[in-house]
Amino acid sequence: MPEKSSVDAVVVGAGPAGASAALELARAGRSVILLERGPFPGAKNVYGGVVYGRVLDEVLPGWWEDAPVQRWVTRRSTMMMTPTQALTIDFRTEDWGNAPYNGMTTYRADFDAWLAGKAVDAGAQLVTSTVATELLRDAAGRVVGVRTDRPDGDIRAELVIACDGVNSFLAKQAGLLPQTDAEQHTLGVKETLALPRKTIEERFGLSGDDGADFEILGCTGDISGGGFLYTNRDTVSVGVVLSLTGLAKSGRRPEEVLADLKAHPAIAPYLRGAELKEYSAHLIPEGGYRSMPPLTTDGLLVAGDAAAMCLAAGIWLEGVNFAIGSGLAAGRTAAEAIATGETSRLTGYRKRLEDNFVLTDHKNLQGAAHLVLSERVQQQYPRLLCDFAQEVFTVRNPEPKPGLGKLFRRTAARHGVRLRQLAADAWAGFRIFG
Amino acid sequence: MRQYPDMSFEDRMDTVDFEVGQRPHITVDSDICRSCTTKECVHACPAKLFVPTGDGGILFNYEQCFECGTCYQICNKAGAITWTYPDGGHGVVFRKG
Ligand SMILES: Cc1cc2nc3c(=O)[nH]c(=O)nc-3n(C[C@H](O)[C@H](O)[C@H](O)COP(=O)(O)OP(=O)(O)OC[C@H]3O[C@@H](n4cnc5c(N)ncnc54)[C@H](O)[C@@H]3O)c2cc1C
Ligand code: SF4
Ligand code: SF4
Repeated sequence: MPEKSSVDAVVVGAGPAGASAALELARAGRSVILLERGPFPGAKNVYGGVVYGRVLDEVLPGWWEDAPVQRWVTRRSTMMMTPTQALTIDFRTEDWGNAPYNGMTTYRADFDAWLAGKAVDAGAQLVTSTVATELLRDAAGRVVGVRTDRPDGDIRAELVIACDGVNSFLAKQAGLLPQTDAEQHTLGVKETLALPRKTIEERFGLSGDDGADFEILGCTGDISGGGFLYTNRDTVSVGVVLSLTGLAKSGRRPEEVLADLKAHPAIAPYLRGAELKEYSAHLIPEGGYRSMPPLTTDGLLVAGDAAAMCLAAGIWLEGVNFAIGSGLAAGRTAAEAIATGETSRLTGYRKRLEDNFVLTDHKNLQGAAHLVLSERVQQQYPRLLCDFAQEVFTVRNPEPKPGLGKLFRRTAARHGVRLRQLAADAWAGFRIFG
Repeated sequence: MRQYPDMSFEDRMDTVDFEVGQRPHITVDSDICRSCTTKECVHACPAKLFVPTGDGGILFNYEQCFECGTCYQICNKAGAITWTYPDGGHGVVFRKG
C-alpha cells in the first residue's frame, strides 16, 4: 500500500477501462492509484478472445509492436445453426494481417497486465491484491475516496473512477445500478483447449500469425444466447453466452450447453483431440444503451462494463474497445476537472462519449440485443435459413429446379414463419444495423 | 448427437487455479433455501458449487468459485445468498481467460 493514501484520483479495477483511465490521468501529471483485487491485472477476467485495437492508435501509437498478441484476425465467420445444420458467412482479408491490424486474439492475463503496465510507465501506481470495499463520502454526500480491505486502507481522492466491471459494487452502492438485474445479463462459459499450432493452422485454413473468429447463433438450444470459437497460437477458445433468465429456467448446466456446441457437426472437426487447458465463466452486461446507469455522481465516474458499455449483439461481441474508449474519456474528464478544481461538474464525460464511438455505437445499436435474443432470431430464423439453404443446394434432377421465391415461401410456411413478421424484423434489423 | 466428453466435473475444475482464502466470500442460508422450490442455483452455477441436501436445503462450498455473479443475480429469495468478492489476492486466478 502506498504510504501516501491521498491522491488526485483512484481508479478501481485494472481491466481495460481502469488501465486506460489511469493512463490518461498519469499522462496529465495527476497522482493516481489503480486498484486491482486480483494478484495481477487480468487474473479475474474472462472474455471470448478478440481485442479490436483501433481505439489504441491515438494513445499508444504502434501498440502492435509490443502487444501480447496470439494471432491477428484475418478471417471472420458468422454461423447460423440448427442441431444438424450450419449456414456460414465466411469473410477473410489479408489487409487485417498487416499493420495497423484490425483485431488480435490475446489472453486477458497478458493483455490486461500489458495495458496496466502502460499506465504504470506513465506514472500511475498499481496496487494489486486489494479490494475496494466501499465508497467514502464527506458530510455532504460527495464521494471522496474508497475504503479497501487492507488495514488502514482508506484512500482519499478528489475523484473516484469505478472501472470494477460487470458486477460493479461501487456503482450499486452509489445507487446508479440496481442490486440485481438478471434480465440484462448473460453468462459466458468458455473452454480454452490446447491443439498443436500446425493443427490449428491446417484445420482453420490459416498460416503464420493469422487467426480466425467464429460467431455463432442458434447454438444454445432453448436458452437465448450465442457462441464463439476463436484461435490462439496453440489453443482455441470455444464458449457459449447464455441469457441468465433463460439459463435459470432451463434446468440445464452451462458446460452441457457448451458440450452440445462442441459436438455439433460443423464444430467438432475443428476440436478433435483438443485438451482442456482452462474452464472459465464470467458475466456480460448485455442490455447496452437502454440499461446504462447514470455515468457520474458527485465525485464518481463509471466506465466500461460497470456502466454496461459492452456491445453484445450476435455478430458483435465487443467490450474491451468500449472499455478502453470510455476509460480514456473518464480519465481525461477527471484530469481536466481536477486541474480546474471543478470536480463536481463532470458532465464533460458524457459529452465526450457521445462525440466518440462509445455512446454513438451504443445508441445506434440499442435495439440489437433485444432483437438478437428474440425467439425468432434465436430459433425460427436459423432453422428457416438452414433449411432454405439445404433446399437450394439439394440437387433433385431429373426433377426440375424450383424457383427460389416459391421455395423460400414454402420453407417459411413449414417453419410457421410469417413473411410479414420476417419483413418487419428485417426492417428492424436494417434500422438497427444498417 | 449429444456426446458429452468423458471428463469428470472434478477434472474440469482442476484446470483452474484458486488461491483459496480463509473467509468464505459467499454464504448461503440453507434455511431460506428450504422454502425455495426451483433451486436455479443448483444447475446454473458454472462451478457447480450448490448441492441440494436431503432436507431440502443447500450445501455450499465457496472454494472453487469463479466470482461470476450468476448465483446472486438469479436467486429469487431475498437474503438466501450473501455475496462478496474474496479478500484481495484470493480466489480464482485465470491464466487463459
Ligand atoms: C464470455 C465473454 C466473451 C467476451 N468476448 C469479448 C471479445 O471477444 N472481445 C471484446 O472486446 N469483449 C468481449 N467481452 C466483453 C469484455 O470482456 C468486457 O466488456 C471488458 O472486459 C470490460 O472491461 P472493463 O475494464 O470494464 O471490466 P473488466 O475487464 O471486468 O475489469 C474489471 C476489473 O476490476 C476488478 N475489480 C472489480 N471489483 C473490484 C474491487 N471492488 N476492487 C478492486 N478491483 C476490482 C476486477 O478484478 C477486474 O480486473 C466478452 C465477455 C465475456 C464474459
Ligand atoms: S440459493 Fe436461492 S435459488 Fe438457490 S436454493 Fe437457495 S433460495 Fe433457491
Ligand atoms: S459466483 Fe458464480 S461460480 Fe461462484 S458460486 Fe456464484 S454462480 Fe457459482
